[in-house]
Amino acid sequence: MKVSYYPGCSLHSTGLEYGESTQEVCKILGIELNELSDWNCCGATSAHCTDEVLAIELATRNLGIAEDAGLDLVIPCAACFQRFKVAEKHILEGKKPAIDTPYQGKVPIKHLLDFLIEEKNLKGIKEKIKKPLNGLKAVCYYGCLIMRPPKVTDAKNYENPQTMDKLLSLLGVEVYPWSYKTDCCGGSLMLARPDIVAQLSGKLIQMAEDAGVDCIATACPLCQANLDTKQVVISKNLGREVRFPVFYFTELLGLALGSGEVDQWLRRHIVDPRDLLKSKGLL
Amino acid sequence: MQPEFVIVPDHAWLAELEKSSGESVSICYQCKTCSSGCPVAFAMDLLPHQIIHMIRMGLKDKVLKSASIWLCVSCESCTTRCPNDIDVAKIIDALRMASIKSGLKLGEKRPSVFHDSVLSSIKKTGRLYELGMIGIYTLKSGDVVSNIKSGSLLEDAKVGWKLFRNGKLKLIPERIKGKKEIRKLFKKLKRGERV
Repeated sequence: MKVSYYPGCSLHSTGLEYGESTQEVCKILGIELNELSDWNCCGATSAHCTDEVLAIELATRNLGIAEDAGLDLVIPCAACFQRFKVAEKHILEGKKPAIDTPYQGKVPIKHLLDFLIEEKNLKGIKEKIKKPLNGLKAVCYYGCLIMRPPKVTDAKNYENPQTMDKLLSLLGVEVYPWSYKTDCCGGSLMLARPDIVAQLSGKLIQMAEDAGVDCIATACPLCQANLDTKQVVISKNLGREVRFPVFYFTELLGLALGSGEVDQWLRRHIVDPRDLLKSKGLL
Repeated sequence: MQPEFVIVPDHAWLAELEKSSGESVSICYQCKTCSSGCPVAFAMDLLPHQIIHMIRMGLKDKVLKSASIWLCVSCESCTTRCPNDIDVAKIIDALRMASIKSGLKLGEKRPSVFHDSVLSSIKKTGRLYELGMIGIYTLKSGDVVSNIKSGSLLEDAKVGWKLFRNGKLKLIPERIKGKKEIRKLFKKLKRGERV
């Protein structure tokens, strides 16, 4: 199967291992990811809070490239995904962007998680599991923008999503119910107000600890970065050392599918999750 | 001279803002769902439902000078949960734009500097070059001295170094072929002179 693939800026930098594990998992599953040619940044929060037209047009240029390619468009980054859906709704409402683009609103835009949970892909995953992740306890953290607002994202169960829960359970992970699945990590305040990010991300980590799990699984490069990189400050705030592993769900998927690249992804984390996996006999 | 506590409401502002945001502010019945679910409420000077009400009262300067409009993380919880289907996050976006346009002193400068740094990076190469953006932000935010004193710059540098060592911060920016197209989009920016 072939699909168009938009990595976005994060997956080429701070979310490198999310991109690497996405590519590897799709390769194992026989899914061909065709990266959009000459794609540009979606502008994320910075564009939409500065100028609505600019934000729509940055996303629409990419959608035009995708419409030319004629394949479904798969996006692993939550922020990129949501910006593309906003542009889609804008066009479908009959508002035309000022840029020259073939985009007519016809490309199916899918977040990677929703794509992998489709029946045929789930079947492929089930058949190819080499190492069930038995004994690993996790909570699923979806963050904001895969789900919200549902009139834009078309998400179902946006207050208590189940897609990642379903996928990780299939891999053998013991997925715990959690009330913080779609709470915010602090997102784009990372540099401007790191104190607020440490407060919000710190609460998420504490709540995951309280739930009694070993780790958090994420599906957004900004969520993972905030939860992973802020633990020094969080430790200071709490007056104890916090080292809580935060995975991309694709890393756990790659591990279960028997990929040989897992070590290369996990060594990129600030809080190294390899000791946890070793203690469970999974690495 | 007017004493400081006299408030001069701008009654035309409500209509102006409803037009620029495309949202109906007037239909809010102050249920406070937006504020109850707002993750950053603890750090705000005005809560989202208060902002909505103050727009209706015409308290333009107070709203535009608030820190809250810059602390909003666009998590879209308020927009998702509003029983009246008001896109609160979109109104906050409109307020940020109005606040810049007004020339008033921003209630919280750093997020705005951050957004400018991100956009100036995208404008140059078509993609976000994180290392460059962090550099621009650090210089423009004017926080360098206070961050050195508090030790947070050292902590950030340690994390930054780890990210760099782990291959997650690139030295060379990625440039797209369609840079000119991107620059054209930016040219149309109403407040283009800031970016």
